Amino acid sequence: MNKIILTQRGAPYEMAAEDRAEIEHSLHHYDDPRAASIDALKVIQRRHGWVPNNAIREIALILQIPDSDVEGVATFYNRIYRSPVGRHVITVCDSIGCFLTGFEEVYAALQQRLGIKPGQTTSDNRFTLIPTCCLGACDRGPVLMINDDTYFNLTVDQLDALLEKYA
Amino acid sequence: MSSNVTRPAFSCSEVNRGLTNIGPETHPLTWRYSTHGQSILDIKTYEAMEGYAALRKALTEMKPADVQAEIKASGLRGRGGAGFPTGVKWSLIPMGPDAGAKYMVCNADEMEPGTFKDRMLMETNPHQLVESMIVSAYAIQAKRAYIFLRGEYIEAAERLNAAIQEAHAAGYLGENILGSGWGVDLMVHTGAGRYICGEETALINSLEGRRANPRSKPPFPQIAGLWGRPTIVNNVETVSNVPAILLRGADWFKGLSQGLSGDAGTKLYGVSGRVKHPGLWELPIGITCRELLYNHAGGMREGLEMVTWLPGGASTDFLMPEHLDLAMDYDTIMKNGSRLGTGLIMVVDNRHNIVSVVRNLEQFFARESCGWCTPCRDGLPWTVKLLQSIEAGQGQAGDLETLDQMTRFLGPGKTFCALAPGAMEPLQSALKFFRPEFEKGIAAADSQQSGNSFR
Ligand SMILES: Cc1cc2nc3c(=O)[nH]c(=O)nc-3n(C[C@H](O)[C@H](O)[C@H](O)COP(=O)(O)O)c2cc1C
Ligand code: SF4
Ligand code: FES
Repeated sequence: MNKIILTQRGAPYEMAAEDRAEIEHSLHHYDDPRAASIDALKVIQRRHGWVPNNAIREIALILQIPDSDVEGVATFYNRIYRSPVGRHVITVCDSIGCFLTGFEEVYAALQQRLGIKPGQTTSDNRFTLIPTCCLGACDRGPVLMINDDTYFNLTVDQLDALLEKYA
Repeated sequence: MSSNVTRPAFSCSEVNRGLTNIGPETHPLTWRYSTHGQSILDIKTYEAMEGYAALRKALTEMKPADVQAEIKASGLRGRGGAGFPTGVKWSLIPMGPDAGAKYMVCNADEMEPGTFKDRMLMETNPHQLVESMIVSAYAIQAKRAYIFLRGEYIEAAERLNAAIQEAHAAGYLGENILGSGWGVDLMVHTGAGRYICGEETALINSLEGRRANPRSKPPFPQIAGLWGRPTIVNNVETVSNVPAILLRGADWFKGLSQGLSGDAGTKLYGVSGRVKHPGLWELPIGITCRELLYNHAGGMREGLEMVTWLPGGASTDFLMPEHLDLAMDYDTIMKNGSRLGTGLIMVVDNRHNIVSVVRNLEQFFARESCGWCTPCRDGLPWTVKLLQSIEAGQGQAGDLETLDQMTRFLGPGKTFCALAPGAMEPLQSALKFFRPEFEKGIAAADSQQSGNSFR
């Protein structure tokens, strides 16, 4: 994820009308607007793949909380990305259940095929690779997710076909 | 991020493999799924299988205090890992006309490595959890209920939201439910990662839109939780028992354990690791690990031997083959030096190096520490470093003693939450049972003297 961040802090963020509407709608789910901060970050991330700097301020304005609070939340949670990611994000479970069923071999093969290390993005911007903790399917490990899709019982020889599905 | 890839075919854990005679009397959590043969996704199917009958009974025949009393009498204990009696927890919530706003929260964050039971309950039977949450909210007279669901459970989110919509349309949610004059709303809140969100006060901070640091206790959430108001946080499996207890009674629930245990009810037990048939089974609480592993999970895969096992997640102490005949209940496992935890066992086979296994466990905890307490924030990465050098055969004299010291410095009472003590459970038990394996990783004294210290 060692990309140059193109959007500069200070440049106004043009929030899409439907994104704003969705964030404003989620305020109704809670007794305090701040509670919508994670929902709001997810809405922005769905549009860009990550959360650009100047969107933080815009969210803060909607929720009426300091920018630093939104930033604090954005940097705490591992599924909110504060730097650009590839078109598809691969999250590989590296917890003990998958360790016992051999995720390390699959993980190494994946890194080799993509030519990147965990935390990096391929040069064609297609994939970002990130380790994650238990995905709640330890009976069917090794497990990984590509975007919102979960794959179970992975073996090294399935990897090529799997990656092919994501252009 | 968008892709035109079709979602991979839905797949669920194997549930109740090999069990026969599954019914509402014996398998309150899974009988609908097991007898229907597939997930119960529409409200009509659910209603045809005693669905929302407990809600109807509670709202028409029982006062909130009656519901609480029945749950207390049933002996139900929290299935999220700590085993706290649910009825006792509920009884701490202020009741009466002056109690003000209260919240019922379901902990569906399920991130304890080795645990996949709540996922199954939500994916196969979303209405069951919805009904359970409405009844539980009634018992404590909550004004609103939330299901805090980990963001990675995409299918569960879709299914729960669809079930909530159907329940609204059927008059089970919203105002004046079933003409009772009482109403509640139920919302699914999806998270954005981090294991610590499962700790109940961190979960509350997260739900409030803050960083998921735990809170200092007391006050406990029952007194000051979500937005400072009285709040109950219960695990998915815990609340999922509530409707059946109301329909069939506390005595029936106690009888479910068939005298195997002083604990009541069934438990969702699971097995993972290199066994023949990993999966989930709903069984009387108190069955032995041997029965679970050999009768249900088929034993180890060909050519493998069991070396040790974790009874209920990454944060429980290892147990040994000689512990296989212990009853898998809270008190028995506790008395024998571990914790039942989530009740899903992980089996370590003889192809694994135990030091590597413990290193993997501690890497998880080090990464997931929220960073609030110094022993946890600094002690866990240090622990990982020591384990990595021992794994590489480059440990130094005194390293094992330092690890021993960690288990005390990060032990119970030293930190704001149970993450750090939990992290020490597998470490301390591995050091106890497998000390020679760790000693093997301490480099010979002469190689240390010859300047092998650049690490
Ligand atoms: C680090 C940590 C993570 C936890 N994760 C979960 C979890 O994912 N799900 C859960 O139900 N309980 C989890 N717990 C336990 C909760 O704090 C709490 O005890 C539980 O939700 C209470 O529900 P119960 O009484 O129904 O078990 C966790 C505790 C700690 C210390
Ligand atoms: S023990 Fe660790 S995870 Fe728990 S509050 Fe302290 S630093 Fe955070
Ligand atoms: S440890 Fe990988 S899914 Fe649970």
